[in-house]
Amino acid sequence: MQTVMLRYLKVGDWLTLVLGAVCVVLLTFKLWSGELADQAIIRSGGKIFQTVPLSRNQNIEVPGPLGISLIAILNRKARIASDPSPRQYCVRQGWLQQAGEIALCLPNQVSVELVGSRKRYDSLNY
Amino acid sequence: MRIEDCSEGVTERGADEGVNSLLAPRASILLHTTAEDHHVARMAAVALGLTVLEAAIPSPLPGVKPGLANIVTLIVLARYGWRTAAWVSLLRVLAGSLLFGNFLTPGFFLSLSGALLSLLVLAFAQYLPRRWFGPVSQSIFAAFAHIAGQMAVVYWWLIPHAGIAYLIPIFAAAALVFGTVNGLIAARFINNAVNSD
Repeated sequence: MQTVMLRYLKVGDWLTLVLGAVCVVLLTFKLWSGELADQAIIRSGGKIFQTVPLSRNQNIEVPGPLGISLIAILNRKARIASDPSPRQYCVRQGWLQQAGEIALCLPNQVSVELVGSRKRYDSLNY
Repeated sequence: MRIEDCSEGVTERGADEGVNSLLAPRASILLHTTAEDHHVARMAAVALGLTVLEAAIPSPLPGVKPGLANIVTLIVLARYGWRTAAWVSLLRVLAGSLLFGNFLTPGFFLSLSGALLSLLVLAFAQYLPRRWFGPVSQSIFAAFAHIAGQMAVVYWWLIPHAGIAYLIPIFAAAALVFGTVNGLIAARFINNAVNSD
């Protein structure tokens, strides 16, 4: 079956196939490699608590209604290191690296959002 | 195709036929169809059947479909030329939309834009040297053109947002895979026809 089908592929067809595959790979790399983030916007209770550059490693304590959320910035990545929220979703999300990524600790009303040099969308309606 | 009023046609006919047409209920419009029209209709019907068939295949992502009807377009292109292929393809889009009830909805315009751009690309791809390029190349080019046409409509009309770019790699990969498979199937049919002649 396989060899029968391969008979129908001529030299140019192979060329087209390879060209198409290269196109797909290039498109994937171009469109799926998200822009690296430059800054982290830390919000508490809906208001911007602090905007920090990712270039400097530091730990930031953010107060919320339940207690203190600890945000760690290390090697151009950011994460919520500890949080008093009961389900720990934002802590388990781990390191954020790309622009547009966001970790929300809803019970403690704390969030970290990474932004690049240009602002991406934050909602989409149709 | 020629459309004419039936009343003129009656006077041209023989006497006995005239009586028959007087007794039979008269259509107000008579379509004079050629053999080519019948052929286009037949091929479009086959394409339509494949469209309905693949609508039953579940898809992981809306919009990722094998596009089996394009096999028919490729075969028609190889055997009867671009003009006939365009007829078959566009009739399939129109009739398919009527069948699924999405005529003039966004889905219809997505199909139409994909079909139009595929046909445009096929108009050039058919002149690729036959010695080296077979239906598989044409199919892959047409599949990519189909995706490009659809994404253009999505971007300019439905979701004018750069976020849809995230979907392009998926659609492109699907175009490559399904384009190749459809091309191989079409090549098999075309080759069979050549061998049997």
